[in-house]
Amino acid sequence: MSAKNRIASGVAGYVDDRTGAAKWLKKNLTKVFPDHWSFMLGEIALYSFIILLLSGTFLTFWFDPSQREVIYNGSYAPLSHVTMSASYASTLHISFDVRGGLLMRQIHHWAALIFMAAIVAHLLRVFFTGAFRKPREFNWLIGVGLVTLGIVEGFLGYSLPDDLLSGTGIRIAEAILQAIPVVGSYLSFFAFGGAFPGHVFIPRIYTVHVLLLPGIFLALITIHLMLVWYQKHTQYPGPGRTEQNVVGYPLMPVYMAKAGGFFFIVFGVTAFLGGVASINPIWLYGPYTPGQISAGSQPDWYMGWLDGLVRMSPPIETHAFGHTISWNILLPGLILPGILFTGMALYPFIESWITGDKREHHLLDRPRNVPNRTALGAMSLTFMMISLINGGNDIIATHFHLTINGIMWFTRIGLIVVPPIAFVITKRICLSLQRADRELVLHGKETGRLVMLPHGEFVEVHEPISAQKAWTLTQHLQPEALMVEGADENGVRNPAGLKGKIRARISKANAEQVAAPTLTEFKELEGGHH
Amino acid sequence: MKRLSRYRRHKFAGPAVLLAALFTIGTTFSIATALPSQQRMEVSAQTTMVEEGKQIFARGCSSCHGLNAEGGAIAPSLIGVGAASVDFQVGTGRMPMADMSQQAMRKKPVYNEQETAALAAYVASLAPGPASVTNASLTWERDGNVAQGGELFRTNCAMCHNFAAQGGALSNGKYAPTLMDAQPKQIYEAMITGPQSMPKFSNNTITPAEKLSIIKWIKAAQNEPSLGGASLGRVGPVTEGLLVWTLGLGLLIGVAVWLAAKAR
Ligand code: HEC
Ligand code: HEC
Ligand code: HEM
Repeated sequence: MSAKNRIASGVAGYVDDRTGAAKWLKKNLTKVFPDHWSFMLGEIALYSFIILLLSGTFLTFWFDPSQREVIYNGSYAPLSHVTMSASYASTLHISFDVRGGLLMRQIHHWAALIFMAAIVAHLLRVFFTGAFRKPREFNWLIGVGLVTLGIVEGFLGYSLPDDLLSGTGIRIAEAILQAIPVVGSYLSFFAFGGAFPGHVFIPRIYTVHVLLLPGIFLALITIHLMLVWYQKHTQYPGPGRTEQNVVGYPLMPVYMAKAGGFFFIVFGVTAFLGGVASINPIWLYGPYTPGQISAGSQPDWYMGWLDGLVRMSPPIETHAFGHTISWNILLPGLILPGILFTGMALYPFIESWITGDKREHHLLDRPRNVPNRTALGAMSLTFMMISLINGGNDIIATHFHLTINGIMWFTRIGLIVVPPIAFVITKRICLSLQRADRELVLHGKETGRLVMLPHGEFVEVHEPISAQKAWTLTQHLQPEALMVEGADENGVRNPAGLKGKIRARISKANAEQVAAPTLTEFKELEGGHH
Repeated sequence: MKRLSRYRRHKFAGPAVLLAALFTIGTTFSIATALPSQQRMEVSAQTTMVEEGKQIFARGCSSCHGLNAEGGAIAPSLIGVGAASVDFQVGTGRMPMADMSQQAMRKKPVYNEQETAALAAYVASLAPGPASVTNASLTWERDGNVAQGGELFRTNCAMCHNFAAQGGALSNGKYAPTLMDAQPKQIYEAMITGPQSMPKFSNNTITPAEKLSIIKWIKAAQNEPSLGGASLGRVGPVTEGLLVWTLGLGLLIGVAVWLAAKAR
């Protein structure tokens, strides 16, 4: 043993004797992670969060979260001697008079957009593959919490510079707050410390943006990852992969090396965007003044759907007990998003109620094998997309020579009509993909080679697929529709009541499948292959 | 003053004062005598311009605006709109209108400067209205204040033309155009005539001096450098969101697919 090794093992032994780290490390560093590109979406979110922490900390060195009025005399000439808030002036200062400041601001903002995009993509992956099923419901809930808080954090972040665009956003947020019946105006008064815009709002949201929410994020992300750790990662179905094992690479060194490299790639892409593409050019927007507004005022994309809903809602108001209830703001701004996000949070529980499935699942679903869930996802996505389109209606109108009113009516009607259509079409597609899988397993794949049989008939030669592939295509469970207790076959006079009836009905629709080929079917065909 | 009194006793002081006095008297006199004849010439030039304008109008505009600009079923009367309106509409190529679409668009002008001036003179001869201006007569470079212009623009214009004068949508397919090609005189004339859905900004709402500031700010916006990289159209977060989902996440997912494939 060389001197160097002796010292190293001495130190290691010293630490291990006192902490028992060796056993822990051995157990954890050899932990296996399955490999698939879609499992890296969460990683993108994690790394961009780290980039946000680092770049955000840089910004705090110069940012002055105050609505105190100052007269600008920095180096951006078109605004010189304009009266503005200190927070706007300090953001200008960061942009033009701090070395690397503009780059850092742009990295911070691009990282925020990538963070949210990655979270959403990650959420979709988890949804469509059924990774939220038992035992991972808690992690799904944490995830829903993270998206929601991400939207809030991003909104508060881009509101900090107190520019004309974000000020318009705060104004809308205030309107939504005020629309809450009875307590609305008190809440608004409390949040703004008086009348809008007041002098306390920016300092307050600053604390929330840089301290409170990042803290909550760190806590939630830690729990999120610990749960992944202890519950182990799910895996896509395939030969040798079961509900009891995990097939993949050990954490050390393969996975760690890859993850480390991937961090730098995420950082590289973010820095690249920050370097070549301008984002949130607040110096063009001008400082916020309640009397001003710009055409095409939009929120960041993750708020865009909300803005789209507000924009399309018809002007309905009711007056009751001396209060005005502005449904046109309340409904799209609070009630609808509330329903959507609650539904999303509860989905794992709703699905297991429908299927009656209380087992643990570590093998992921192929989306086609769960037609109803996949169709539901496509339907929700369509809903969001249509809202998002209306959020950008003015930009779309000018750039594609359409009319705002046309787009608004299209999205108003589309919001109700298109999602169900998306549901039906997606379900059909899933079922025909299942049928195609069945064909493939039973008859093999088409080779395009035609052969003439002795009696003159032409047939195409089918080549059987590999056993591995056949396994992958047939391993999924096909649950039967739930027999709700006491229901007779017509479902009439159901002792379980209306709830049971609904459950039976949904469960039946949910179980609609193209039967996966069974071994007997396969064997039968093997004999006389044609 | 001290300096001047020092020169008073200079030996050339007397002759210099005399020379200056003579010069002043001479020029004043010559200008005074020249004025009536110049005016006469202008008046006759004016009448020929009006004549010329009337002819161009009959050929190019009367089909819509009527033979005597009295207006018709499809186009409004031009009596009293003034030279400014004609100079703006024809100078920006909006008139003669090419097709009866939602809104007359800016395009390459059909008439040259002289013809445009003739048309303007003709319409102005029908009834008094706001006079046209020239780029040279607007002293925005000297008298305008960019920062004040920006404030005024954000208060009065940005709600239609967008924060960076890139244009924006109005209701029913109408739109406020981008101001990236507008010349100083067109900006001025747009403000005093209020074309189509744009309101008129009289000298009471925005003083002539403030108008110069607005022009200066718009000219600065036209030359605004792309600080911080590609400007993405200066239309706000929509293009940013588009870029993040395509290029941003696209690149990252591409790398993820590549990394996962490499391991196999
Ligand atoms: C195809 C029909 C058409 C032709 C040809 C046409 N115009 Fe017009 N013009 C219109 C219409 C319609 C409007 C009103 C809506 C608008 O301003 O776009 C208008 C508006 C105007 C205005 C603005 C009036 C105001 O209230 O300030 C002026 C000035 C004008 N036209 C001048 C002209 C001149 C000069 C010509 C010939 C060079 C001409 N137009 C040719 C259709 C026409
Ligand atoms: C209510 C919306 C509205 C407001 C406010 C408004 N504009 Fe306009 N502006 C328009 C519309 C619409 C047009 C197009 C008119 C046309 O096509 O004849 C226009 C056209 C113009 C043009 C001609 C552009 C070109 O290149 O041909 C200029 C210049 C202009 N506006 C400047 C201004 C300025 C400066 C202000 C503020 C003082 C202002 N506008 C305020 C709606 C508006
Ligand atoms: C601890 C972590 C963070 C810190 C310390 C921080 C700090 C800051 C500061 C000081 C600003 C204002 C300065 C400026 O706009 O240039 C800011 C803006 C912003 N923050 Fe953060 N932030 C953090 C995390 C986040 C996260 C997680 C998000 C997104 C989900 C986010 C999104 C934004 C956005 C969009 C802006 C506006 C940037 C701009 O105007 O260009 N931040 N942040």
